[in-house]
Amino acid sequence: MPFDKKDILDIASLSVEDIQLILDTAESMREISERPIKKVPALRGKTVVLFFYEPSTRTRLSFDLAAKRLSADSVAISADMSSLVKGETLLDTARNIEAMRPDVVVLRHAYSGAPQFLAGRLKASVINAGDGTHAHPSQALLDMLTVRRKKGTLQGLKIAIVGDIAHSRVARSNCVGFTKMGAQVVMAGPPTMIPKGIETLGATVAPSIEDAMSDADVIMMLRIQKERLKKFSMSTEREYARHFGLNRQRVALARQDVVIMHPGPINRGVEIAPDVADGPHSIILDQVTNGVAVRMALLYLVLGGGRHADTD
Amino acid sequence: MQILIRNARIIDPGHPDGPGDVLIVDGRIAAVEAAGTLAADGAERQVVEAQGLWLTPGLIDLHVHFREPGQEYKETILTGSQAAAAGGFTAVCTMPNTDPVNDDPAITALILRQAAAAGLVRVYPVAAISKGLKGEQLCEFGELKAAGAVAVSDDGRPVMNGQLMRRALEYASGFALRVISHCEDLHLAESGAMNEGAVATRMGLSGIPNAAESVMVMRDIALAALTGVSVHIAHVSAAESVAAIRRAKADGINVTAETAPHYFTLTEAAVEGYDTHAKMNPPLRSEADRQAIRQGLADGTLDAIATDHAPHAVSEKEVEFDRAANGIIGLETSLPLGLKLVAEGVLTIETLIERMAIAPARILGLEAGVRVGLPADVTLIDPNKEFTVRAAAMQSKSRNTPFDGWTLKGKAVMTIMDGRIVYRDQG
Repeated sequence: MPFDKKDILDIASLSVEDIQLILDTAESMREISERPIKKVPALRGKTVVLFFYEPSTRTRLSFDLAAKRLSADSVAISADMSSLVKGETLLDTARNIEAMRPDVVVLRHAYSGAPQFLAGRLKASVINAGDGTHAHPSQALLDMLTVRRKKGTLQGLKIAIVGDIAHSRVARSNCVGFTKMGAQVVMAGPPTMIPKGIETLGATVAPSIEDAMSDADVIMMLRIQKERLKKFSMSTEREYARHFGLNRQRVALARQDVVIMHPGPINRGVEIAPDVADGPHSIILDQVTNGVAVRMALLYLVLGGGRHADTD
Repeated sequence: MQILIRNARIIDPGHPDGPGDVLIVDGRIAAVEAAGTLAADGAERQVVEAQGLWLTPGLIDLHVHFREPGQEYKETILTGSQAAAAGGFTAVCTMPNTDPVNDDPAITALILRQAAAAGLVRVYPVAAISKGLKGEQLCEFGELKAAGAVAVSDDGRPVMNGQLMRRALEYASGFALRVISHCEDLHLAESGAMNEGAVATRMGLSGIPNAAESVMVMRDIALAALTGVSVHIAHVSAAESVAAIRRAKADGINVTAETAPHYFTLTEAAVEGYDTHAKMNPPLRSEADRQAIRQGLADGTLDAIATDHAPHAVSEKEVEFDRAANGIIGLETSLPLGLKLVAEGVLTIETLIERMAIAPARILGLEAGVRVGLPADVTLIDPNKEFTVRAAAMQSKSRNTPFDGWTLKGKAVMTIMDGRIVYRDQG
């Protein structure tokens, strides 16, 4: 089955078959990272620009390693060194990038929709590495891969996503993705953090976090940002931890074989207790490992996967 | 200079509707007679054959931004006047959020000078309520009135301070100035980019709830009741605001209100794809709100249709959605979109003209109509003319319209202001 997407902008625009192909491709990419020589020539001569308008360590490193392990040339531009600081518009930046003939632009941006904006104006493929509170497709795909590896399937699983849904692109993309693949997504958190109409993404909103976690196959905790205090979305971190944080008592509500996930970076002792983050159910580091494989798959597939590497 | 308009259907709400001849002499309507009775005698009498056309009072837009002084790259009083005339308008009220702000009689005078130089439509300057629109100090209403301001508003920014709003109403009433309120609770609106709801949540854009508008509408109604001074609510977008205004009117409180064509035509769905031409403040709302706006226009809760004509340069719209400027141009699409309401059975043509000419005039303390002795400000409409909206061909200096490419039916084909033809359709 051919992969014909020029860009990876969100999960909503991927079909079930697209997602399966990406996950299967990532599965085969995993092995490359386990070799003594972690490099294959698949994307030799291709240029990947990592455009990070917003601070990010993990996602940027993950894309960078993915490009390098496929022998693409990658170059990273971050917010502080980019021309945004000098007042250049995204449109002008796009034109300048285009003039240097990259093959893929990986974009992280604080504003929702920025990757769409760029994709419509660039011949290069655009991969969204997280835009505002809209989407984070590579994160959702690596989460789906991680769960599929643990559970064998995504069909019929109960996925609890807990925390600041309103400000989470990870929650949105995972909700769309897991739902598309046949899982049931339940969300929970303080009512201040549940955005209006979230159920139109396919999720149900649980009346309490205990309800969300009960009999869950997967519990995904979201990072709490301290800036939310100023926006009146929460009171203290202490209270958050007690009422909405994941601890051993709450883990016990879930299925015995529940897996605990977190997109990172984690706030130990706030949304997740340290013993849970490091405990036997946690697959947080598997997520990171699979992240490289999924991003290798995305780069490989948007560049034609060797199939039509010379077009465009 | 005389103009004889022959055989038009004269639509002057509250007066007999039917074919007639209208004679304009020296800027005033000199005669209105049965069709075919006025003769084209004398060479100085310019004759307009208007068979099949509608003749209405000149349209009045209570709410435009002409950007002069300060942002002439978006619009000038000349280009804004050209757009207004092309849209069938003979008068507009310009909002004070220019640069510098129209909070000083010298700025008001400058606007009127430029408007006179353009000479196409009547420009009624709306001055600021507070110095610099900062919400801290009342402007000199008396001086501004003397310079030619017709109303005061901090439009573009709400008057967040309730005490300032109360005093503005009281102080303005002493100078017979109208107060126009941009109703928005900035804390509730926070940094919202579109209507709050499922579409915003899906797109990851922060939402502005209806309540950000309606709580301020309710506050201003309470202040109108407290002071006994009438308040005019600008660009109503939310169903709750319509309900509050309807209730206030039933209670005998002196409040008037306007809405804009985009609120009765579009919904938040237009934002899909991060289309910055669908970004405005207040934002496009839900379908239920759109229906409430249409109902409010039909039953008179909403007195007037005003465009909130807000020109912006391409570079201010071709950016990330969150960074894009708020607002769209509206002068050249307002009447056709209003006629669409008539075609859809929401309004009668008489009610549409009431909302676009008669009520705006009344709110300004003026009289509009097609009657002997009144100023010759009239609009000729071809109700059957189909056309495709072309942003690139508009008179406005800016191109920011979500209606580019729409096919609409009915438009102004001639605009006469002060007895002069200021626009004639070339298509």
